Amino acid sequence: MAFDSFSAFLTMGGYARYVWPAWGLATLMIVGFVLWARRERRQLMQQLQRRRRREADSA
Amino acid sequence: MWTFVHKLGSPKWCHALCARLQPGFWIAAGLLLAVGAVWSLAFSPPDYQMGDSYRIIYVHVPAAILAQSVFVGMALASAVFLIWKIKVADMAATVMAPFGAAMTFLGLFTGSLWGVPTWGTWWTWDARLTAMLIQLFLYIGVIALRGAYGRDDQGAKAVAVLTLVGVVNIPIIKYSVVWWNTLHQPATFTLTERPAMPASMWVPLLIMVLGFYSFFIALTLYRLRNEIMRRESRTRWVQALAD
Amino acid sequence: MSSREMPVATPTRLGWAHVCLAQLRRELALARRRGGDWLNPLLFLALVVVLFPLGISPQPARLADVAPGLLWVAALLAMLLSLDALFRTDHADGTLEQMLLAPQPLPLLCLTKVVVHWLLTGVPLALCAPWLGVLLSLPAGAAPVLIGSLLLGSATLSLIGAIGAALTVGLPRGGILLSLLILPLYIPVLIFGAGAVQTALAGGSAAPAMALLGAMLALAVAGAPFAIAGALRISVNG
Repeated sequence: MAFDSFSAFLTMGGYARYVWPAWGLATLMIVGFVLWARRERRQLMQQLQRRRRREADSA
Repeated sequence: MWTFVHKLGSPKWCHALCARLQPGFWIAAGLLLAVGAVWSLAFSPPDYQMGDSYRIIYVHVPAAILAQSVFVGMALASAVFLIWKIKVADMAATVMAPFGAAMTFLGLFTGSLWGVPTWGTWWTWDARLTAMLIQLFLYIGVIALRGAYGRDDQGAKAVAVLTLVGVVNIPIIKYSVVWWNTLHQPATFTLTERPAMPASMWVPLLIMVLGFYSFFIALTLYRLRNEIMRRESRTRWVQALAD
Repeated sequence: MSSREMPVATPTRLGWAHVCLAQLRRELALARRRGGDWLNPLLFLALVVVLFPLGISPQPARLADVAPGLLWVAALLAMLLSLDALFRTDHADGTLEQMLLAPQPLPLLCLTKVVVHWLLTGVPLALCAPWLGVLLSLPAGAAPVLIGSLLLGSATLSLIGAIGAALTVGLPRGGILLSLLILPLYIPVLIFGAGAVQTALAGGSAAPAMALLGAMLALAVAGAPFAIAGALRISVNG
């Protein structure tokens, strides 16, 4: 363990202003890409189902 | 070998292959990133010169490595697409591009943040930062060209040619920027070129790099399935998936 | 044997040199008929050069400091602006299709077109740059290196730019996209071109930078015509 306490961990030896935004953006990007990909999948599936229903109606 | 290449030509087969490979990479990415993050943020020792600010490299270096690897990956996919006319390769290149651009931006952003405590400024025209900025423009160009053509095969080939031209140019740009940099200012202080990095520092870095790679592969497989289903949405096998 | 079956085909089988010369003549004739079009990049360069003293400062010392880079950037942008029209008229009037159908290798025809583009934009820009350098207090001693680096560099710029022009020729509004695609690829040429002039001004030898410019030109001549030809086929045939 490199830090004595949780608050020392949060202050990052005085560099919190630089370390946390860097890690924050990385986390945001990773989570964001997962959410984006899942939304893409959901919309695609809805689209396929709509088309299928439409074709079933017209048939 | 050849049967494998021929199978890659079948979107349906690729779709199934992606589904089979995916879970392993998601699990690996989750484990590696979780272990790497805890280790590098809380357990690796502070640097004797830069204190805790050096913990930025645990995202900066993986992002920079991915930024380059993704472009090479796109170029390989583009070459496969142009040579063997395998459409799935073009779809793979399509889904890789936004992630590569994002990693390039992350590398720039973290490099800039890291610059404040080490160089005392948000931006210096350091050779690697400059090369990365130019690479971001290359990514944006590739994405913009695909956007301008819309989703058709014509645009796909044009994008493939541009990607290959870009990948030939990346090393040239890199070396010219290094030359320019040494001409105009003294060599800047760089951390990662320092020889003695103890294992307690580089092992978590390696774990983070592997984690980023696993995440990239898992995400690409997932989005590749989306892209295959979208472009093949008129086929019966894709419509059967909607049930 | 095929010539006996199709006698019509024989007279059109011109040598490569003949075709290149014919195309060269055609392009130059077209440029003559278009009148002052070839002057536009030069006017652009002159205007940009005038803007900078107004924007920065008219002090000779400060201007001379930035003059090499400024002239190079302005010349590069002038080249870029002229690129959008490179294949556009040929695409509109069907000449491009004929080029693709010609029995001669397409990369060679593309190379000829690029040579003409360089003769009509790169060479005049290189020859005019030292005169505009006078406005920026560029020492006269830098003129030979400036001309030389622009001659070598602009040929590379024409070749690389033609790839972008070929990729975007089928698009309705290719102009701004073209700059986005091409400018990052221009950076090495800019670095060594402006670098050659700066080292010459500082009293060093411009030879290394000039050699690198030459190397990049050699690489571009060897590779770019094939990329241009491939891109044109894609843009026209899909």
